[in-house]
Amino acid sequence: MSPGRPRRVRAFGLRTRLLLAFLLVAAVSAGTTAALTYREARSALLQTAQDTAVTSFRDQVQQTGFALPVQGGEDLEQLLRDIARRGKPHPWVVFAEYGSMRASSGENPVSTVITPELRRRALANPHGSFERVVKDGVPYLTIAMPMVFKTSPDSLLPSGLVLYAVMRMTDEQVNVDALLMAARDGALPGLAVALIPGLMAARSVLRPVRELRRAARSMGSGRLDTRIPVRGSDELADLARTFNEAAGELERSVKELREAEARARRFASDVSHELRTPLAGMLAVTEVLDEDADALDADTARAVRLVSAETGKLAVLVEDLMEISRFDARAAELNADEVDVAEAIRKTLSNRHWTDDRVRTELPDGIRARLDPRRFDIVVANLVGNALRHGGAPVTVRLRTEARSPGTPVLITEIADSGPGIRPEVLPHVFDRFFKADAARTRSAGSGLGLAITQENVRLHDGTIRAGNLPGAGAVFTVEIPLHAEGAGG
Amino acid sequence: MPRVLLIEDDPSVREGVELGLRRRGHEVRAAATGEAGLVALAEFRPDLLLLDLMLPGMNGVQVCRQVRERSQLPIIMLTARGDDFDVVIGLEAGADDYIVKPARTEVIEARIRAVLRRLDDVGPGRQAIEVHGELAVDRVGLTVSKAGRPLALAPSELKLLLHLSAAPEQVFSRQQLLEHVWEHSYHADARLVDACVARLRGKIEDEPRSPRYVQTLRGFGYRFGPL
Repeated sequence: MSPGRPRRVRAFGLRTRLLLAFLLVAAVSAGTTAALTYREARSALLQTAQDTAVTSFRDQVQQTGFALPVQGGEDLEQLLRDIARRGKPHPWVVFAEYGSMRASSGENPVSTVITPELRRRALANPHGSFERVVKDGVPYLTIAMPMVFKTSPDSLLPSGLVLYAVMRMTDEQVNVDALLMAARDGALPGLAVALIPGLMAARSVLRPVRELRRAARSMGSGRLDTRIPVRGSDELADLARTFNEAAGELERSVKELREAEARARRFASDVSHELRTPLAGMLAVTEVLDEDADALDADTARAVRLVSAETGKLAVLVEDLMEISRFDARAAELNADEVDVAEAIRKTLSNRHWTDDRVRTELPDGIRARLDPRRFDIVVANLVGNALRHGGAPVTVRLRTEARSPGTPVLITEIADSGPGIRPEVLPHVFDRFFKADAARTRSAGSGLGLAITQENVRLHDGTIRAGNLPGAGAVFTVEIPLHAEGAGG
Repeated sequence: MPRVLLIEDDPSVREGVELGLRRRGHEVRAAATGEAGLVALAEFRPDLLLLDLMLPGMNGVQVCRQVRERSQLPIIMLTARGDDFDVVIGLEAGADDYIVKPARTEVIEARIRAVLRRLDDVGPGRQAIEVHGELAVDRVGLTVSKAGRPLALAPSELKLLLHLSAAPEQVFSRQQLLEHVWEHSYHADARLVDACVARLRGKIEDEPRSPRYVQTLRGFGYRFGPL
């Protein structure tokens, strides 16, 4: 990634998400196991204690004979204390309720732990019922056992006397608490320990992903020989292998394309170069032909002038081809110098004798820019020449600078003609090589490479060139070149 | 009319240029190789050498260096490549100008005349011999000596020095120097000026890296002095 682009900070990266998912699974499984274990153990523990207590209490109550109707007083309390003493697994406090009479084996005749709910159930169920009650943080088991008469094998008659046993379940609570602690202490370190394999798993998944990202970036920056080391034989290794295959294919095709391109460039360059030498000989003698043509008969004279003119055109074409192949081979250099731009344009125009009223200028003085004077001359001369040839006089050359909010100010050169303008369907192609705006016109006066060369020259200055039409009529070419006047070199 | 020696290996170019220049009244001798050219140089005694850069055997750059060692004969390079590399090599070897092939005879002749033309702007009231520091410039005899010792300057170097020293401390842009010294009427190669300045400095300066006579003004051009 380019250093300038700030990396977006994501709250939940892939690694975090993987880790969280892993921890969640670990937490759910550890928590469920712990909870289930705790619940089962706890209920087993409590159930045993409570069953023992209930059975024991029932036995005690049945073995004890009560004389009915029950007489309150010392006897009853003594009886209750006997039952209480034989409590299992812990001693309990026994309460007796009979009508309005209340008695107990403890200090208070009435217990504060027994709920009205239990009292109601005690009357409904002759086999007794029990309830677990927590009061002031202390768990109690309360058992209600109504005294009944057996009137027949399957018929019982309540006597009205109900005995209650209240037993503190402190030991059981301690055990249950210990159980809870054990479950928690088992689950928490488990979670902490799960973090390590989680991290490792995330790492092992993320490493290939990170390598892939690095490799993709490296490929993007042009290093097509980038490959990823393939480890193991899982899906990630498959991914790496696929990436490597794709990269190999890409590298191969790019290499083929580059070779083809280089061959084409070399061919163009060689052709131009080979054409040059015979042309040099021909061009040196064309004046001889032109001068002597007057003395020849009409047909021969025409033929001689034709050869002379075509030789000149061929020389221009070859020159332009050489220039284009230099651009293609990136062999074209910018020999920049700080120049007075208005002065440079004036010289270009005067050197080509475009000083009459066919060319109008709006050239403010004092604009200095770093340009390659030779290339800038070619750009201006080409555009003005085209405007005169294809557009129509008068041609206006306008120069100005414009400040750009981001970046350096630019130098803008506008060349507008007074012709019919460029047809919209032609506009995108005007800078194409050998593009003919008019299909019927097989050959233009120039080489057909003029605007392509102009564009390359502008690009070499880090500039841009646009073609368009004026609102009225006439084409306008706009050249924008960054104005680097301050860093002038010598 | 000037006597021109043409060293060119390609027969059609050799004959074409020879024919064209002869028609314009030049006395032309042509040689096909560098070795033959050096032999012809001694007996033909030309006013100017037109030299192809790419020759079989001894190449143009080597011929140019050899000629420069012995004389200040004006040399114009004929090059099939306008590529930057060749042009700079040729100029550094001591050529006064270069022509990219193919070229019309009128272009070749104009360059020949420009190189051969003397700078006759002695000006009224100007002394024939000017002394700038250790340099003595004879504007009439067209010789330059440093501390009494005559310097062998190629025509373009001499013209450049005469032009710069005629207006001491005035800054000339490369473009102005190209127009005045080389008479190139279009935007030609500014490296022609740079290469010539480098060669001139090598001959007249005590320390070419920190020049005293021909100074550079970054972004503007060159000037003579101030001493």
